[in-house]
Amino acid sequence: MDKRHERGELQQAKERWEEERLGPALQRVSRPPMPSDLRNEPLYTPLDDAGRDYLRDLGFPGEYPYTRGVHPSMYQGRLWTMRQYAGFGSPEETHERFAYLLGQGQGGLLVAFDLPTQLGYDSDDPRAKGEVGVVGVAVDSLRDMETIFGGLPLEQASPSLTMNSAATVALAMYLVVAEQEGVPAARISGTTQNDILKEFIARGTYIFPPRPSMRLTVDLIEYCTDHLPRWNVMNICGYHMREAGSTLVQEVAFALANAITYIEACLERGLEIDAFAPRLAFNFSASCNLFQEAAKFRAARRLWARLLRERFGAKEPASWMWRAGAGSSGSTLTAQQPENNIVRVALQALAGILGGVQSFHTAAYDEALALPSEHSALVALRTQQVLAHESGAAEVIDPLGGSYYVESLTDQIEREVNLYIARIEAEGGMLKAIEDGRAQAEIAQSAYAYQTQIDSQERTVVGVNRFEDQNDPAIQLHRPRPEIVEAQIASLHALRRERDNAAVSRALAVLEAEARGSGNLMYPLLEAVRAYATIGEICNVLRGVFGEYQAASY
Amino acid sequence: MTFPRKNPIRVLVAKPGLDGHDRGAKVLAHAMREAGMEVIYTGLRQTPEMIVNVALEEDVDVVCVSVLSGAHNMLFAEIMAGMRAQSADAIPVLGGGVIPDQDIALLKEMGVREIFTPGARLAAITSYIEELVPN
Repeated sequence: MDKRHERGELQQAKERWEEERLGPALQRVSRPPMPSDLRNEPLYTPLDDAGRDYLRDLGFPGEYPYTRGVHPSMYQGRLWTMRQYAGFGSPEETHERFAYLLGQGQGGLLVAFDLPTQLGYDSDDPRAKGEVGVVGVAVDSLRDMETIFGGLPLEQASPSLTMNSAATVALAMYLVVAEQEGVPAARISGTTQNDILKEFIARGTYIFPPRPSMRLTVDLIEYCTDHLPRWNVMNICGYHMREAGSTLVQEVAFALANAITYIEACLERGLEIDAFAPRLAFNFSASCNLFQEAAKFRAARRLWARLLRERFGAKEPASWMWRAGAGSSGSTLTAQQPENNIVRVALQALAGILGGVQSFHTAAYDEALALPSEHSALVALRTQQVLAHESGAAEVIDPLGGSYYVESLTDQIEREVNLYIARIEAEGGMLKAIEDGRAQAEIAQSAYAYQTQIDSQERTVVGVNRFEDQNDPAIQLHRPRPEIVEAQIASLHALRRERDNAAVSRALAVLEAEARGSGNLMYPLLEAVRAYATIGEICNVLRGVFGEYQAASY
Repeated sequence: MTFPRKNPIRVLVAKPGLDGHDRGAKVLAHAMREAGMEVIYTGLRQTPEMIVNVALEEDVDVVCVSVLSGAHNMLFAEIMAGMRAQSADAIPVLGGGVIPDQDIALLKEMGVREIFTPGARLAAITSYIEELVPN
């Protein structure tokens, strides 16, 4: 609040301006407002700052409640990590790509697995037909993980394994390779996505029902807490819920409600909050509404800090820090006039940077048409480099801080998310909301409302429902390659002939017995992986014990 | 459609393969219901065989198949073959999802009646179906 003016004086002045200036101007020309998840006023003033306390609600970067950033120097110290989600191809090609990236000094390798691997099917399973090596690399057994990572400087690789329902299996495979390469457990770093709840709500790569899935999730966290101090145990995703059609507030609310569910499960297992909370990170979406998205990241940091400190009693500042990667929203990208997507992605990345994220993934402009081509992937990376080195957005910490509008948005998002979470908890919590299909239905409702706004032209999508152009240029697209499938299946068949099949059966029998009990399954999984049991064999044993999840039909 | 139908159109909305992207399928199912159709949504991860069987069991007028994983050529080929094998090829099959232009011609050669790609208006899809299905 500007101290030179009394609040009443300012209020009066604003009312006068509205009556004498704004009102008549809007009567002459009035454009319908863009539909938005959050309420917008035409103008924000110091009046909207009332009730906010700088030190309590904003503070300084690197200090509670981290609204302005988790690091004291933010991008002044180090730029965000520029990520590309890639890795389609064979294990051999993935290895070559990673060797190249590590040679260029890039760590944090993002590993995309194909859908059969994510869902625990071997490459020769009938259900895998047409999907092997398409959206990521196929990993059937330890042998494929050895091919990908063997001989690489794993201490720098710090891979991000994008696995959820079978995250424990992928981690077990990686750990055995790291052990073969002689990396001590204390120095193994990397990330498992391991966020199963959002799979039920939005992304769909679930295998087992929610409760046994939660057990595997906590098994992984507990194992890492005991043995792998540098492993990031979970990437909690708002991204996929937003992509499935949720609103901005639902994205934050569902992600934090999922986080609360995980934290409570870990506490119930007997883990100390400060032993695992610092290893939790987030993955959010960024759409084109620059200011709302930037405010979302600021609000999420404050929400998380208060949640961890006030509700869960975390003592370590590292537990209070909401560390997040963000990615451009694929669902906002259009098949029509695809070059326009370069502009959309640039806005989305700028929103992430103004919001102070730790990493950003830019989507390729042909996202709505196919998997990225080499050219579109390069443009996506260059977009971030232009923002980093030419825009000036990285030169000042939290450049939007203090904006009447953005601070007001930040407060509004925090308030609405808290209300949403309170409602979920009053109705029995997130796990129940998922089991009853309520969370899914709420998102589907938002998705339908959004599409209806586009169809009625209430919401403009350039090139789709306005400013259309019949002559969309032809673009060069990446094509799936059938030879990868044949080689993968041949290698899998060779493995089944060459390995000690009696040892595989023994390891799988132990896994089954342990799954029927209540022990941490990471240990028998490591033994099964070591015996070269395939991901399909391992997951089939667990399917036999846990059952398979069938989503309520809609 | 200017007069009400005696029996509502029955539509199967299907997600074949391992792809989990079902936002489009669900939004479309919602729009079809708003347009007065009876919609059966299979949920995720149906095999082509399961889809053909549900189409027959539920006696649907149209089958709408959504694929965003890139596996469309293989999945549609199997669904169309399954429909023919069960003598159900009179039931029109429509497709939707992330499908490049150059594959659309191929899918239509297989017998897929129409493909709707991202950006298609919901009303365009529902009115296409209303014209397709005789009263």
